[in-house]
Amino acid sequence: MTERERRPPETPGPAENAPDPEDAPRSFTESVGAWFGTAVGGIAIPVASTVLAFLVGGLVVAATGHNPLGAYKAIFEGTGLNPLSYISEDDRRGAWADLQQTLIIFTPLVLTAIAVAFAFRCGMFNIGGQGQYLVGVYAAVLVGTSLSGTPSFLHILIAIGASILAGVIWGGIAGILKATVGAHEVITTIMLNWIAIYGGQYLFELGGPLQGAQESIPRSDPVMDAVHLPAFPLSTGLQPLHIGVLVSIAALVVYTLLLNRTTLGYEVRAVGFNPEAARYGGISVGRSYFLALAIAGAFAGLAGSLDMLGWKYTVATNDIQISAVGFTGIAVALLGRNKAVGIFLAALLFAALQTGTSARQLDPAVFPPELAIHLSTLIQALIILFVATELLIVYIWGARKRLGFGGPARVQPELKA
Amino acid sequence: MADRPLLELEGITKRFPGVVANDDVHFELAKGEVHALLGENGAGKSTLMNILYGLYHPDEGEIRLNGETVRIDSPSRAIDLGIGMVHQHFMLIPVMTVAENIVLATEPHKGPFIDIAGAEKRVRELSEQFGLAVRPEARVESISVGQQQRAEILKALYRGAQILILDEPTAVLTPQEARELFDIIESLKAEGKSIVFITHKLNEVLEVADRITVLRRGKTIETVPREGATEQGLATLMVGREVLLRVDKPPAHPGDPVLSVTDLEVDDERGLPAVRGVSLEVRAGEIVGLAGVDGNGQSELVDAIAGLRKVRAGRIVVAGKDVAGASARESLDAGVGHIPEDRHLRGLVLDFTLAENLSLHDYRTAPESRFGWLYPRKMVAKARRILKEFDVRGGGPETPAASLSGGNQQKVVVAREVSRDPAILLAGQPTRGLDVGAIEFVHRRLVTERDEGRAILLVSFELEEVLSLSDRILVMFEGRIVGEYSPDVTEEELGIAMTGGGREQEAAA
Repeated sequence: MTERERRPPETPGPAENAPDPEDAPRSFTESVGAWFGTAVGGIAIPVASTVLAFLVGGLVVAATGHNPLGAYKAIFEGTGLNPLSYISEDDRRGAWADLQQTLIIFTPLVLTAIAVAFAFRCGMFNIGGQGQYLVGVYAAVLVGTSLSGTPSFLHILIAIGASILAGVIWGGIAGILKATVGAHEVITTIMLNWIAIYGGQYLFELGGPLQGAQESIPRSDPVMDAVHLPAFPLSTGLQPLHIGVLVSIAALVVYTLLLNRTTLGYEVRAVGFNPEAARYGGISVGRSYFLALAIAGAFAGLAGSLDMLGWKYTVATNDIQISAVGFTGIAVALLGRNKAVGIFLAALLFAALQTGTSARQLDPAVFPPELAIHLSTLIQALIILFVATELLIVYIWGARKRLGFGGPARVQPELKA
Repeated sequence: MADRPLLELEGITKRFPGVVANDDVHFELAKGEVHALLGENGAGKSTLMNILYGLYHPDEGEIRLNGETVRIDSPSRAIDLGIGMVHQHFMLIPVMTVAENIVLATEPHKGPFIDIAGAEKRVRELSEQFGLAVRPEARVESISVGQQQRAEILKALYRGAQILILDEPTAVLTPQEARELFDIIESLKAEGKSIVFITHKLNEVLEVADRITVLRRGKTIETVPREGATEQGLATLMVGREVLLRVDKPPAHPGDPVLSVTDLEVDDERGLPAVRGVSLEVRAGEIVGLAGVDGNGQSELVDAIAGLRKVRAGRIVVAGKDVAGASARESLDAGVGHIPEDRHLRGLVLDFTLAENLSLHDYRTAPESRFGWLYPRKMVAKARRILKEFDVRGGGPETPAASLSGGNQQKVVVAREVSRDPAILLAGQPTRGLDVGAIEFVHRRLVTERDEGRAILLVSFELEEVLSLSDRILVMFEGRIVGEYSPDVTEEELGIAMTGGGREQEAAA
């Protein structure tokens, strides 16, 4: 049997009697598949996509008559991520404030990205992060505006627990539907998003059951001071940085351990890779679907409470309409390849883009903020486009090689003739 | 045989990334000759023939037809040169008739219309000339696999093939159909056609071939005439070492029944009855072979015992416990071990490491996990021990299953199932797609397990395998057990029972 050791990976498939696997030339899908195999967890495509997106974004900046390098530099300065900003006493205060802002945005992105990633590892595409996040927001507001007199620490725990529970229910509904009647999670989670959005609209609109004391504003009461998350202001500018950022980083650790070091994670991954083999192995596939979506919902719900208890304190129907943190989470998970480190970096990138291009941070002389906001959206969209079309990029790359660019020049002999 | 070969392949080398599929291969074919190309999976047989048929281009070497060097850069060029190929997976359009398929792309015309009657007539003539019985006006989807194969051969002949390449033609056929194919090959030969017969089955080679060329690891090992060739000798050439072909097994000492199935009824995916009242018993220390043509309810029966399929009626008792309608987990816990028919679909999570795959049934219990917390190191340690015991090569515990060869993947599946020490082992086509060396391993292991007192239910579509391994043989046809035989029954008798011919026998009994 030693002669079989040199065999390359056999292509998966039922065709055991098929022509000898290594005899066949590798088709496009096979070679991409093999490449993909080595690149999962790799950083080549996400990094290349990001660079490419910034290049295209730069072209757009140039087209508006501005200097792309100058604009990018100004945006970067506004993120608080430039270590050089911390040298001079004068700049330091502003830089801390920028960083604070970046991290506040970063926090829910990490959590909604985990909500996508965890379901994805079970073979499902959870589009419902937005809805799961919103019900988390509502639960936090509900608890945060009631139960007065509860000790602060306990009150916070109850509020967070309520948000997580709300997320679990919202994700779990989609999970149960998938496990029992096979309803596709993409459809059900999108529907649940709308239910959450319109449900919130109803709750907080004028005359709604949870509308606050100010009768003319469709908005909840602010949560009580007792449930405000502890904060450690890096700077006194704007919102102080709440401890939610630490929670979100802890969540990344929990995500990784849950997936790789628990029997539940083993089941989720087995189902995600091959539900038939998982079933054969004795795993209840339906139960795994349910648990994966419920847990995904827990992470997104948690994001909702951290935002409410950390810095927003109140929710208005307007906020519900324009919030997109759950959808951005999909992009973050995609760019981060569902890995903890990847999600961390991708969330930081997206949060920094949002902060750096906001009106407060950007110098209008260098690049007008009203354009910059769109630039931020443009770059995010391009990154996702490039990550999602990575197969195409790989293919173009392969075609280039076949045509002889980068390889030994094959056209040479013909030129001589 | 003519003095000068009709076809010569000289020094053919073909490299794929990381692999030399053909390494300086020599092959020749005389007019009117049946030349078998024998080799294990991955030996380079199909590559060589795909080069001949213009699907690949060799990196080195040349092809000579009637002594003249030819360049075959496409299948249409091959067809022009009189080379036809019957692929293992047929290239027929199911909704069209046999005649329509055969004349496709070269349709005879009558004015602007396709001359179907003329096509059918021509096809009928060809089929009579070569003894290829198939109705030209039948739709492809309505005829048997054997007939579809004949349509493929007719297609090649219709296009003027003088050289016919048959790629593993018996893989999809029943024993009877294979017999008929051999007769067809004889008559093609009598009409002066030359045939390349690709296979890894030794008995077929000795039956039809005039000469045999053995490939191993992309190299030509030897070309031998049929006279004087033996299965043992060929197997040694093929594998590169002595191989035990016949399963050497002492008589069985059956003990108490471990599995008893009573009046079992199971439906297939479409909700149609697939198993219709099967009763059988497997005792400790015996191998019961379940013979039958694919699709006669064997898979559904095995799935039902393994808890993977709903049971409509009947009882399944494993080691004293009724597991009819139990979940897969309950069946596993009751003592069912299961080597699934399809290791890629079910047997392995290809993206998991070998360690994770080897714990597929046991990840929930100590020492692999405690209170829901996994101990990957324990899984790796167990995997290291099992991989060593079962001589799995090509990777360690942390290697993804996908990167192993088919034979080694199957060893992993067998190792996992056997090492759990099940009361009853269900072996579904345990050697499908494996080559001689790996088959030998699996067979020996099954016999060892039997000798140690395990009950084994073997499902196989390879009659030879059923005959050589089983202590008792049950034949399944249309969802029923239609006969029980001892292993000294002939292949012919079994073959007849497998196609329903044995029913009267049972009725008489």
